[in-house]
Amino acid sequence: MDLRFTPEEIAFREEVRTFFHTKIPAEIRAKVSEGRKLAREDYVTSQRILNDKGWAVPNWPVAYGGQSWSAVQRYIFMEELMQAAVPLPLQFNCFMVGPVIATFGNEAQKERFLPRIKSLEDWWCQGFSEPGAGSDLASLKTRAVREGDHYIIDGQKTWTTLGQYADWMFCLARTDFEAKKQKGISFILIDMKTPGVTVRPIITIDGRHEVNEVFLDSVKVPVENLVGEENKGWDYAKFLLANERTGIARIGMSKERIARIKRLAKVTPAGAGTMWDDLDFRSRLAAVEIELKALEITQMRVVAAQATRDPTKPDPASSILKIKGSELQQATTELLVELAGPQALPASRPDAGHNDAEALFAWADAAAPVYFNHRKVSIYGGSNEIQHNVIAKAILGL
Amino acid sequence: MDFDLTDEQSLLKDTAQRWASDTYSSIEQLTAARAEPLGFPEAKWAELAELGLLGLPFAEADGGFGGGPVETQVVMEALGRALAPEPYLASVILGGGAVRLAGSEAQKAALLPGLIDGSVRLAFAHSELQARYDLNDVATSARAVDGGFRLDGRKSVALNADAAKTLVVSARTSGDRRDEVGITLFVVPVDAAGVTLEAYATQDGGRAADVILTDVFVPADAVLGTVGAGLPVVERVVEGAIAALCAEAVGLMEALNALTVDYLKTRKQFGVAIGSFQALQHKAVDMFVALEQARSMALYAAMMVEAEDPAERRVALSAAKVQINRSARFVGQTAVQLHGGIGMTMEYIGAHHFRRLAMIELMFGDTPYHQRRVAGEGGLVAAA
Repeated sequence: MDLRFTPEEIAFREEVRTFFHTKIPAEIRAKVSEGRKLAREDYVTSQRILNDKGWAVPNWPVAYGGQSWSAVQRYIFMEELMQAAVPLPLQFNCFMVGPVIATFGNEAQKERFLPRIKSLEDWWCQGFSEPGAGSDLASLKTRAVREGDHYIIDGQKTWTTLGQYADWMFCLARTDFEAKKQKGISFILIDMKTPGVTVRPIITIDGRHEVNEVFLDSVKVPVENLVGEENKGWDYAKFLLANERTGIARIGMSKERIARIKRLAKVTPAGAGTMWDDLDFRSRLAAVEIELKALEITQMRVVAAQATRDPTKPDPASSILKIKGSELQQATTELLVELAGPQALPASRPDAGHNDAEALFAWADAAAPVYFNHRKVSIYGGSNEIQHNVIAKAILGL
Repeated sequence: MDFDLTDEQSLLKDTAQRWASDTYSSIEQLTAARAEPLGFPEAKWAELAELGLLGLPFAEADGGFGGGPVETQVVMEALGRALAPEPYLASVILGGGAVRLAGSEAQKAALLPGLIDGSVRLAFAHSELQARYDLNDVATSARAVDGGFRLDGRKSVALNADAAKTLVVSARTSGDRRDEVGITLFVVPVDAAGVTLEAYATQDGGRAADVILTDVFVPADAVLGTVGAGLPVVERVVEGAIAALCAEAVGLMEALNALTVDYLKTRKQFGVAIGSFQALQHKAVDMFVALEQARSMALYAAMMVEAEDPAERRVALSAAKVQINRSARFVGQTAVQLHGGIGMTMEYIGAHHFRRLAMIELMFGDTPYHQRRVAGEGGLVAAA
C-alpha cells in the first residue's frame, strides 16, 4: 500500500509539467484559466504542439500514434495538462471518433482519417443527441436509407458542441427500421460540407455560442463512410462512451480553479482586509478541497484497478468520478462567483483588457458565465441521475 | 502507487475479520458483551492477545509485531464492521500510542509486555470539560514536590478508563491553561491514592470515565517523555487515533451499506421489493459514493499519519476526519431512513452502527473544528 508516485513517475510529471508551461502559449492557457472563449485557432495551435511532441493522442494504440504509457502515466499526463490550463486535445477527435476508427474502422478509413484527426487538420463533432433522444439515446430517429452506393440521411441532431468549427461529424443513424431500439443503428461519418447539412447556433445559458443544432436534409453520404458493420453502431457508441473515462472527474481543472480562487482572494478587498481574511469563505473553500482530495484518491484507485480490467468494458466505479467530479467542478465555479460578489454583475467591464488578468476584478465578468456554463457538467456525458442508475444496477445489484 | 495489501496484511485482515464476525455476528452477542461490567468480555480481550493483535503497532524490540498504520487500519476496519466493543482504540492506540511514542526504555519494558499479552490495559486521560477539542487546553496541575509530582484536576470522557490498570494522564507543570508549552504526560496507576473514576456507558454502547485526581503523588520516573513538552506527543497520539477512527468508520459504513442494500432487496411494499423504487436506489448510491470517498480518505490518513512535517500531517488528518464525519453522518442517517420504522429500533443492529458513527463524528474534533483547521493552514491545493 503506497499512495505515492515512483521516482520515475515523478520525473515524468516534471517533464510534462515543464513542457506544458514552456511550450503551450501563455495567452491560450490564460484564456482557459479565466474561462474565456477560445478561438478555433487556439485549439488547433495547442493540439499541433502536442501532436508534434507525439502527445495529442497518448491513449491511442501505439501503431496509430499513441504512447505505450502506463495507466498511471496517462493519469498524470491528463492531470498536469488540466492543472496547467492547457486546452484538452479536442475530445471529439482524440477520445471519441479516433479510438472508434482505430478499433472498428477499415484500413482505408484509418489511413484517410487518423492522421488528420490527431493533428486537428479535420475538426470533428458528435452527432448523437437529438431533440427526442437525450438520456434515452437509443430512441434516436435520424434515418439513413441505402440507395446504391450511398446513404440518404434525414434527421436532426442537437447539442453539437463546437459544430460551427467542424469539418466532419460522426453520426448515429437508424439503418434498420424494423429492429428494436439499440439494434438497427449505424455509425456513419458525414462531411459537413455535404449539401443538406445546416448548422444553427444555440446560445446557451452563459450567453455564448458553444453548441448547435444540425439539420440533415437528404444528405448523401457514400457507404464507404460507414464504420464497422451496418446496424452495429450502438456497440461502437458504447465503446466510445466507456473509453477513457478516468479524466471525467476533471480533478486537475478543479484544482487549477481553486488555486486561482486563492490567489484572487488574497487581492480581493473585503471588510478591513481581503476575502482571504474571511475564515468563513476559506472554510467553505476547504470543504470543497477536502472532497476533491478524497475524489483524487478515489480516481487513483480506479486507475490502479485498470491494470487488471478489460479496457473495453466500462468500469461502473467511473460513475462515482462523474457524479462527484461534476459536483465539485460546479462548487468551484460557485465559489468564484461568491468571490466576485457584486462585481460579478457587469457583463463587460470598463477595465477589460487589463494586461494583468488577476488585477482587481479584471477577471470578474467571466465568473458568472463560467458558473452558468458549468451547470452542463452534471447533465452531459450521461446525466448524474443516469450515473446513479448505473451504480444502482451494476454495483449494488438493485 | 499501489493499493494492494501485502500477503501478510491480507492474512491479518482475514484473521481480524474472522475473529470479529465469529464473535459478534448477532445483536444478542453484542448485547451480552456490552452487559459485562467493563462493557466487553475479558475472555475476548485475551483472544485478541492470542491472535497477536494487541502487539501489532509496537516494535519487535518491545515484544510487538512492528506493524504500521496500514496494519492498524486493517484491524480497526474489521472491529468497526462488527461493532466490537473491545477497547482497542483506548488501550492499544491511545494509551499504548503514548507509551510507544514517548516512553523510555524502562517504561516500555514495564508497560508493553502486559499490554501485548492482554494482562494490563491502558487508557488515555487527556481531555477536560472546558477544552472541547483543543489539545492545548489543560487545567489539571502537576506540582513538583520532593521525589516527584502531585496531580490535581479532572479529566473528562477518558475512553475505557474503567477497564484500565494504568492511565496516561496529562497535567500542566507550568504556564497558563491554554499554553502550548508546560503540558507533561504521566503514567498513573489507576489504584494510586487520590485517583477516583466516575465511569459511565457512552451513547454508542461503549464505556468511558471521568478521572478525578486529588493530590495524587507520582514519582519523578512516572513522567512520560519530557517535562513541559507533552503537547506534541498528545497531538501525535490523537492523530493516530483519528487515523484509526477513520478506518473503524469505514468498516461501520461498509456493514451498514450492506445491511441497507440487503434490506432494499428483501423488504416488500406495494407488492414489490422497495429496492425497485428509483428514489430509494439513488439514496443507496449516494451512500455508496459517501463510503468510497471515506475509504479514500482513510487511506490518505494512514499514509499521512507518519509524515515528518507536523503541519502537513495536521492538515491531512483534519481533512480525513472532515470527510469521514460527513460520510458517517450521511450514511448513518440515510440508512435509518431507508430502513423505515425498523431502523428506529434498538433491536435492529443497523441502529447501533448509526449511533457509533454519530459518536465518532464528535471524537477528537467535529466537522467545523477540523474544517477550520484545514482552512487556517491554507487548504490542500497550493495557490502558486
